[in-house]
Amino acid sequence: MASLDVTGLSAHSCRELLAVGDVSAVELTQAYLDRISAVDGEVQAYLLVDGEGALAAAEAVDAKPKDKRLPWEGVPIGLKDVLCVKGMETTCASRILKGYRPPYDATAIAKLREAGLIFLGKLNMDEFAMGSSTENSAYQVTRNPWDLDRVPGGSSGGSAACVAAAEAPWALGSDTGGSIRQPASLCGVVGLKPTYGAVSRYGLVAFASSLDQIGPVTRDVTDAAALLDLVAGRDPRDATTTGLNEPVGVPGRADLKGLHFGIIKEYLGEASEPGVREVFSAAVATIEALGGKCEEVSLPSVERGVAAYYLIAPSEASSNLARFDGVRYGYRTEHSEDLYDMYVRTRSEGFGDEVKRRIMLGTYALSAGYYDAYYAQAQRTRTLIIQDFDQAFGKFDYLISPTSPTVAFKIGERTADPLAMYLSDLCTIPVNLAGLPGISLPAGHSDGLPVGLQIVGPHFSERGLLDAAYAVEQELKVDVVAPLGGAR
Amino acid sequence: MISREQVEHVARLARLRFDEDELARLQPELGRIIEYVDQLSELDVSGLEPTSHAVPLNNVFRVDDPVPGLSQEEAVSNGPQVDKGQFVVPRMR
Repeated sequence: MASLDVTGLSAHSCRELLAVGDVSAVELTQAYLDRISAVDGEVQAYLLVDGEGALAAAEAVDAKPKDKRLPWEGVPIGLKDVLCVKGMETTCASRILKGYRPPYDATAIAKLREAGLIFLGKLNMDEFAMGSSTENSAYQVTRNPWDLDRVPGGSSGGSAACVAAAEAPWALGSDTGGSIRQPASLCGVVGLKPTYGAVSRYGLVAFASSLDQIGPVTRDVTDAAALLDLVAGRDPRDATTTGLNEPVGVPGRADLKGLHFGIIKEYLGEASEPGVREVFSAAVATIEALGGKCEEVSLPSVERGVAAYYLIAPSEASSNLARFDGVRYGYRTEHSEDLYDMYVRTRSEGFGDEVKRRIMLGTYALSAGYYDAYYAQAQRTRTLIIQDFDQAFGKFDYLISPTSPTVAFKIGERTADPLAMYLSDLCTIPVNLAGLPGISLPAGHSDGLPVGLQIVGPHFSERGLLDAAYAVEQELKVDVVAPLGGAR
Repeated sequence: MISREQVEHVARLARLRFDEDELARLQPELGRIIEYVDQLSELDVSGLEPTSHAVPLNNVFRVDDPVPGLSQEEAVSNGPQVDKGQFVVPRMR
């Protein structure tokens, strides 16, 4: 086969090609490796490409008779570098984890390995998933495939950019305050944050444990459903997992008749830029044309979400990141006077600015005399936000808003102002605080840049949520592959 | 606001060290963020229970069967300095 064009392929179309035998797993894997060679010099989505390992795994698939293969066997995938893959360098885009080769697989990775997926490599991110632009990576700046001067969003910017540039048919990311949905929105692909507890966090390097969830970044809703089903499930190694009530299956809903959508009022008007508002209004019209009923609803407490998040997440992070001390893994400073000095030098040299900022904030919020004023107050605000969502779901099936208040911003535009960067996640953060599932769907473009629609459902409503998202997707018909120079 | 002394105190608690330039940047940055999150003090949430996990679960048990874990060799394989299967650290004072 001369050269397989992967730019038109979703994961389920890869699966079909493999099933009918039009293409071998090695040919498919090689086609993605070729695509990565052709475009990743510009996009910089991958921190590590494991061509050798991927081809060896693909060969093993090809050696098996077709009727002995599992459904997704031989389909390639890209992995955010926050997920532990046995023997494969896992850095969280941090200097402090340089050279770390996990001696075990994350549960989500073990499930994909068992299902026969081919691991293409590790994807760039904001260091320890802290950021909204992937500019906080210690290694490289990933570019948005729709405009190489702009950020892909973050923290799963590598995952979103890689799917938008067809450098993998799909990818796994993680979402603590919007880190799957916001980059998916900015790169014009589908991103799903599952209900807290649907997917095991075992082997996901911890940022904020009460908020972190692993989820799919894909080209369409069908793939998001399939990837969620592959990784979801209760895990004895993560006591906070419950799994899904039922598998999501293949979404196929044709209309939205009988469904009631609440438009979150706090995210309308000045909260979003005009181009985003325009695309969002058109999406609302589409939902109505499909028979869904849309109505504004106020959730006043979501406006406090960013403030509550920037106390809760850094507090949890300051505790989680205490483990990076230069003793058991990763970087250790060259010279130190004693143990204490080794800790301090290792951490000061190994962490980047944003990570240090958040460790400082979290340590401050948890320190004696401030705990009640900050951390406990934020946790009570979290209760208030949950109550507002509960109340809204008493009346509405799903809640909708833009995923991000703006389209992709220019590289460097927000790095000087941490607070402006934090506000990028205005619409996504409350969803994590309440542990709800949320999806970002490509809804259209503003000046050639993608705009995402966020749909949020009650806990464990993934099946219905993805079904509804599928109906919207079929009607919107938004092109998901970025018009990357010449490669198309 | 957060004072220079407070920043230095928190840095010690967090096992971090900052030079003069970094401190000059960090102190106002943290100050602005703290000023922003201070808006929560306007809310009367005194009657609400704090939430630590959004999907409440209690008493999650698993069967207490021993299963093989990492070998000692695997467990120390990433250590920056290892001797006889153990992590080596600088002296304490």
